[in-house]
Amino acid sequence: MPETAFEPWNDPNEKPLIQFRNVTKRFGDFTAIDDLSIDIFEKEFFALLGPSGCGKTTMMRMLAGFETPTSGTIMLDGQDISPIPPNKRSVNMMFQSYALFPHLTVYDNIAFGLKRDKLPKDQIDARVKEMLRLVQIEKFGQRKPEQISGGQRQRVALARSLAKAPKLLLLDEPLSALDKKLRQDTQFELMDIQEKTGTTFVVVTHDQEEAMTVASRVAVMDHGKLKQVDTPDRIYEAPNSTYVADFIGDVNIIEGHATAQGNTVSIVWAEGQPPIIGTPTTPIEGKVSFAIRPEKIAISADQPTDRANVVQGKVLDIAYLGNLSTYHVQLPNGVIIKAQTANSRRRARRPFTWEDQVWLSWTDTAGIVLDN
Amino acid sequence: MRRLTWFNATSLTLGFAFLYIPMIIVIIYSFNESKLVTVWGGFSTKWYGELFQNEAFLDAAWVTFKVALASSLIATVLGTMGAYVLVRGGRFYGRTLFSGMIYAPLVMPEVITGLSLLLLFISIGLDRGMFTIVLAHATFSMCYVSVVVSSRLVSFDRSVEEAALDLGCTPFEAFRLVTLPIIAPAVISGWLLALTLSLDDLVIASFVAGPSATTLPIKVFSSIRLGVSPEINALSTILIMIVTIGTIAASLTTKRAVMRRQREERMAEQTG
Repeated sequence: MPETAFEPWNDPNEKPLIQFRNVTKRFGDFTAIDDLSIDIFEKEFFALLGPSGCGKTTMMRMLAGFETPTSGTIMLDGQDISPIPPNKRSVNMMFQSYALFPHLTVYDNIAFGLKRDKLPKDQIDARVKEMLRLVQIEKFGQRKPEQISGGQRQRVALARSLAKAPKLLLLDEPLSALDKKLRQDTQFELMDIQEKTGTTFVVVTHDQEEAMTVASRVAVMDHGKLKQVDTPDRIYEAPNSTYVADFIGDVNIIEGHATAQGNTVSIVWAEGQPPIIGTPTTPIEGKVSFAIRPEKIAISADQPTDRANVVQGKVLDIAYLGNLSTYHVQLPNGVIIKAQTANSRRRARRPFTWEDQVWLSWTDTAGIVLDN
Repeated sequence: MRRLTWFNATSLTLGFAFLYIPMIIVIIYSFNESKLVTVWGGFSTKWYGELFQNEAFLDAAWVTFKVALASSLIATVLGTMGAYVLVRGGRFYGRTLFSGMIYAPLVMPEVITGLSLLLLFISIGLDRGMFTIVLAHATFSMCYVSVVVSSRLVSFDRSVEEAALDLGCTPFEAFRLVTLPIIAPAVISGWLLALTLSLDDLVIASFVAGPSATTLPIKVFSSIRLGVSPEINALSTILIMIVTIGTIAASLTTKRAVMRRQREERMAEQTG
């Protein structure tokens, strides 16, 4: 029997662990969360992604119990959690600053929540040791937080928030204090721990790469509203708005006027340029935005004949990223299009340089046609 | 080590001379044989002996100590509570007014504080004595405690308290198990400050003290009006010694704590 993919959001029989129902949160005149509804399922690794001030942290703090919604309800396991104070919720949080207790040892930090539950001593000890093992800091149990490094503190914070085996773990920018290399390693570890413990994770981040790597689903937020909630690949490949397309990764956005031609549309967008042929997901006409990722555009010295869209321009700029190069190509009408290629050859042997005349081409299904 | 320039050496000497010569004179004259305060009559410790025979002074010292201990403890509890509410209580109505009002006694002339407390005690018919001094001292020193404690509260990461709540603490447990241990150094220095203020207060105490209780500063001041006795010099020397020992002990403790912390941080860097 083939293993079914983990997609509880597509299963109508699945009951969500968390439900936001028309939740609004205002601070004075400022609306942080605007009539927002969403379902999050058990064992999900759910990422809330957006620029600062978009309301993602407020959503997390409402789940933890530090804020209460102005209107609407939040359900956890079918129960309205608004009247439950933070200390009575089966929800734990890993804070951005880690918020370790500076006067307690690593061991006592992790044991803190278990002691509040008045568990027997040997049970607490066993659980703390299990947590220390899980995050690989067994050696540092007797150290104080100031006696360990930043990466180790991050692990202590994670172990402490997981120790009580919460139904839901909230992570507020969990990796933002780590350097890039350590962050990437830790991302995979985080996914591993999430899988091992089977806990539902909700992570808040402004780092789109982090959200794409760790999450089963990503919610892109802006001004207290959800712009799109989908799997990382769908968010990237099929954004539903120019905002999402622009927020996640690099993108060329061209505005134009579409007319239907069977399954495809022809988008007239500039004098003297051939219309762009695209394939919309739903029939669409009129003013549209055409979004295409740079890596979906091929760059060549000779005019390609087998592709639906071909334009000519000259290389204006080259951004060399090591593994990739991004070419900024200026078309005769002044528009700049970014095209990206993998550097499979050494840099000295790269085929194009500044001021070269090149051909850009892409297929009719490479881009996304978005309603304006 | 860099050598001091002439200018720096001079200012250092002048500054310290300005600060310490009066005290040194008091110490020297406390060992004066002569009864005349300004005439040197040879070395003697007899005034110390007489001081310890003088029951009025000893009683006053004992009262002062009890008052200082009681009032500083009350001031510490109230001041810490006040600081906590003002810093952590969120934006309740009138908060700015309250936080301004808690600092007002800092700049209020002591005469006014003393007088108003006196009027209060008379109007509610409270007999003046040790109890009223304790109340008065607690009142004026709690704002010092609350200033010290609130500056510590402002600088520490609020999410540490939220983490305690998140891990199952009631708000009171979070305060007792997390906030209090973290702000403990500030609470202790606030307490020491209140203790010192109470020990050397003269003005407020002389308003609210009654015939049944006299504090040491009042006693010293009133006996000086009858002429400076060498006993006072001996008493002052003892007080200077107590303060010196206390200050040195406190700074040594702090220094050792700092050194331990630096050692630990080095250790963390090596293993990190």
